[in-house]
Amino acid sequence: MLLLAVLLAAATAAGLVWRARQGRVRQVQDDDAAQDLTAEVTALGAVLGERATLLQFSSAFCAPCRATRTLLAHVAGTEPGVVHVEVDAEQHLELVRRLDVRKTPTTLVLDGRGREVRRASGAPRRADVLAALPS
Amino acid sequence: MSTTRPAGVDPRGPRLGAGVTTAVLAVVLVTGAWPLLALQAGVFALGAAGRSPYGPLWRAVRRALGLAPPAALEDARPLRTAQAVGLVFALVALVGVGTPVFAVAVSAALVAAFLNAAFGLCLGCELHLFLLTHTHRRSTA
Repeated sequence: MLLLAVLLAAATAAGLVWRARQGRVRQVQDDDAAQDLTAEVTALGAVLGERATLLQFSSAFCAPCRATRTLLAHVAGTEPGVVHVEVDAEQHLELVRRLDVRKTPTTLVLDGRGREVRRASGAPRRADVLAALPS
Repeated sequence: MSTTRPAGVDPRGPRLGAGVTTAVLAVVLVTGAWPLLALQAGVFALGAAGRSPYGPLWRAVRRALGLAPPAALEDARPLRTAQAVGLVFALVALVGVGTPVFAVAVSAALVAAFLNAAFGLCLGCELHLFLLTHTHRRSTA
């Protein structure tokens, strides 16, 4: 019984932490180490946005992926120079592995030169996406 | 896309299943009733095969309560992965009956089921993409 109580308490704490971290937009190391993904975006048949590219990895029937798509498409439609590119993760497993994408949706924010500057795993919030865009 | 579209399921079904699984595993952990765990292993196996009994159960509950159909469907394959992971833990626990392995394995499965039921966090589903990327190493992007 005690073990059960301890387990459920620990799991509740872990669940709350997980929920708080969902969709948080993180800075990718320091700017110098940012990875250039121009070639990858080109290979996907897309063109980099002048200001930023929102590269979203999704999978089928994934509700947060759908919400993220709506949000990012809207951001791309309203913010000048911002492009939204959506990738089916399961169709690009090699890329998913190379970029260390572990779940869907994962959104990479690329700057105007195609370098990954931010990353969000889980559905991000609108304000965080806007704040993550390079000025 | 070239591959066939995967089947979609009402996400509330697996959520209900996770709640029942949490309760069952809690009883198993407290009482040590391994035959009950064997039954749960059977349910995990059905779920891994895409035939979870909680799907029909949820549809019955939905009809009884007059709830609306799902607003959006969820990919069934990660859910099957999750059930397969649950099955592995249940089998490990069954092999370890009478040893501390039993409580450890049941505890792990219980925590996973609880997180799914309470927070919608499906640990086994999170493994789905990871397993795909690490079992298709040589495939081209």
